[in-house]
Amino acid sequence: MPALFNVLASGRIRPDHRPWLRAEVDAALWCALAQQLAEGRWTLLGLWGDAGAVHMALLDATGGAVGVASLACADGTFPSVGRLHAPAQRLERTITDLFGLTPVDAPDTRPWLDHGRWPVSRPLAARPGAPEAAPYAFLPVEGEGLHEVAVGPVHAGIIEPGHFRFTANGEAVVRLEERLGYVHRGVEGLMAGASVAQGAALAGRVCGDSTVAYALAFARAVEAALGVAAPERAQWLRGLMAELERLANHIGDIGAVCNDAAFPRLLAPCAVLREQVLRAAEAGFGQRMMKDRIVPGGVTADLAPAGAARIRALVSTARAALPELISIYDGTASLQDRTAGTGFARPDLVARFGCGGFVGRASGRGFDARRVLPYAPYDALTFAVPVLDGGDVNARVWVRIKEVEQSLGLVTQMLDRMPEGPLGVDLPVPGAPCEGLALVEGFRGDVLAFVRLDAEGRIARCHLRDPSWFQWPVLEAAIEGNIIADFPLCNKSFNCAYAGVDL
Amino acid sequence: MRTLLLDALLKGPLTEPAPAADDAELMALAAQLEGAARRRLGRGLAIRQVDAGSCNGCELEIHALSNAYYDLERFGLRFVASPRHADVLLVTGPVTANMREALLRTHAATPGPKWVVAAGSCACDGGMFAGSYACAGGVEAVLPVDLRIPGCPPSPATLLKGLIALLGR
Repeated sequence: MPALFNVLASGRIRPDHRPWLRAEVDAALWCALAQQLAEGRWTLLGLWGDAGAVHMALLDATGGAVGVASLACADGTFPSVGRLHAPAQRLERTITDLFGLTPVDAPDTRPWLDHGRWPVSRPLAARPGAPEAAPYAFLPVEGEGLHEVAVGPVHAGIIEPGHFRFTANGEAVVRLEERLGYVHRGVEGLMAGASVAQGAALAGRVCGDSTVAYALAFARAVEAALGVAAPERAQWLRGLMAELERLANHIGDIGAVCNDAAFPRLLAPCAVLREQVLRAAEAGFGQRMMKDRIVPGGVTADLAPAGAARIRALVSTARAALPELISIYDGTASLQDRTAGTGFARPDLVARFGCGGFVGRASGRGFDARRVLPYAPYDALTFAVPVLDGGDVNARVWVRIKEVEQSLGLVTQMLDRMPEGPLGVDLPVPGAPCEGLALVEGFRGDVLAFVRLDAEGRIARCHLRDPSWFQWPVLEAAIEGNIIADFPLCNKSFNCAYAGVDL
Repeated sequence: MRTLLLDALLKGPLTEPAPAADDAELMALAAQLEGAARRRLGRGLAIRQVDAGSCNGCELEIHALSNAYYDLERFGLRFVASPRHADVLLVTGPVTANMREALLRTHAATPGPKWVVAAGSCACDGGMFAGSYACAGGVEAVLPVDLRIPGCPPSPATLLKGLIALLGR
């Protein structure tokens, strides 16, 4: 039995939670788990609020297990995890903003998502309050010769809105402070009371570039709650869509990172290749981004007859195009000069924050949900998880390049061995409240989905945790000592989600 | 630098308002000029994109407009970095409460004549986020909208058609 389960077993195990373990714990065990997080025994997977309770999802990487600890907040407070373990801090601020629950002794009590612009405060609490607007206090920086540069939320390029407050000494960044929340749409509020079908559509609109990953995470959580599994063919089609999504994003990113190093020579061919991926996805599944194709129970669209051939043609095109693109990337000294050694993400920080995706894997953290907590169809496929330890922009580009190669191999394997059969199962009415948890590997890293259904099968609570919750803070550290002009480059190499974390 | 900042804050943009369309003399002059201006200068629109709460899906397709397949710039359409240089605000998202002021300020910073295009289902009517405590429910709730391009997200081809239609105005 994984060590995490042994620790949680001293709490009250919830029988209606699947597929891993959720235990209701007391404050002492809650604090002990926070302490163990700080010691590096577990990795924080999520921390979210509920009506009068907080939940903390933990990963026991050595045992390949996930567990959730829940603490009832009788007086509206809970012992701060962020006090001991920094990755929890923004999640705790979010809990306060949405549910009004207060982390005791938290090191940072400023609001996070709530900018004082909503018609209510604590919108998800049983009794929301009146709006509270106060000026946001950025962290003070003192010293001779320092100046501040404020950027955003509206940026010069076509990117998502966020505010970056740089303190610089000459050109070198002394501190970056991020302020996000601009695209908070109230997804979790809309989820409460929604049908599973509406929930699936909402999940697919949390983060546009990861619509497949989010829909898959949501579907798997609902299926876990109901104790059903999608048919084999549906699982494989989901895998095919997930890899096409990964390909499109990675290829687009490689070009965009180079463009931010003033090298549009690679942006142009990568943008063309990305367009070809999206067109193949449209030929296969009827929609470029494959939105609304994955639903709890299965998939809504079969692979079109001409689609398989189109996707195979895409794989050949990509395999033919990649060597030249890679040699341009690797052989252009002026480009390497910008990417090598820039934006170094320290491996110890990456491990502590549990950074997923290419951010983690470029700094030696090899976690990949497809490998550590395997789900269909990946348990039946052959692929490598490329891990580098350079930690710089260059390493993050290289992890993407290697993952593109792996995804092309996965796509071919899935097309070769695609099982026949039905595309979906009907979802049963649960009859009693039930919950499910799922962890799915999107292109950016692991997406966590927690869903609780009521007895009629409607969504009582749904929490979706984007991988970027644990990547954004590391970007603040990685930019330190770099010049401001390299920020777009570093930022693009992380490519953190805004909509995904703002929800 | 400080003077520049102060001027920008206190004096606003120097761009003068467009002449009223009912000035007969001016209209006649414009009609005379139009043919020559079109021939010499061609048609063009400078577009400033504003994400007002999009999931980023629309942005990805707007980005795709610049790839070799769609090559937006051949139509005289181009994306600009500042609202000061823009003719068109291309707005996506249901307009979150947290982005409302930023959108209004971007609009105020855009010299007239200007057009507002709502791109994507969320921008058109709030989409799935209509009714949320955190959203205005579409661009129309905050700014006058000249053109709507629905879709979730609208494909690059759809976006292109909409923008070319705007060129004809």
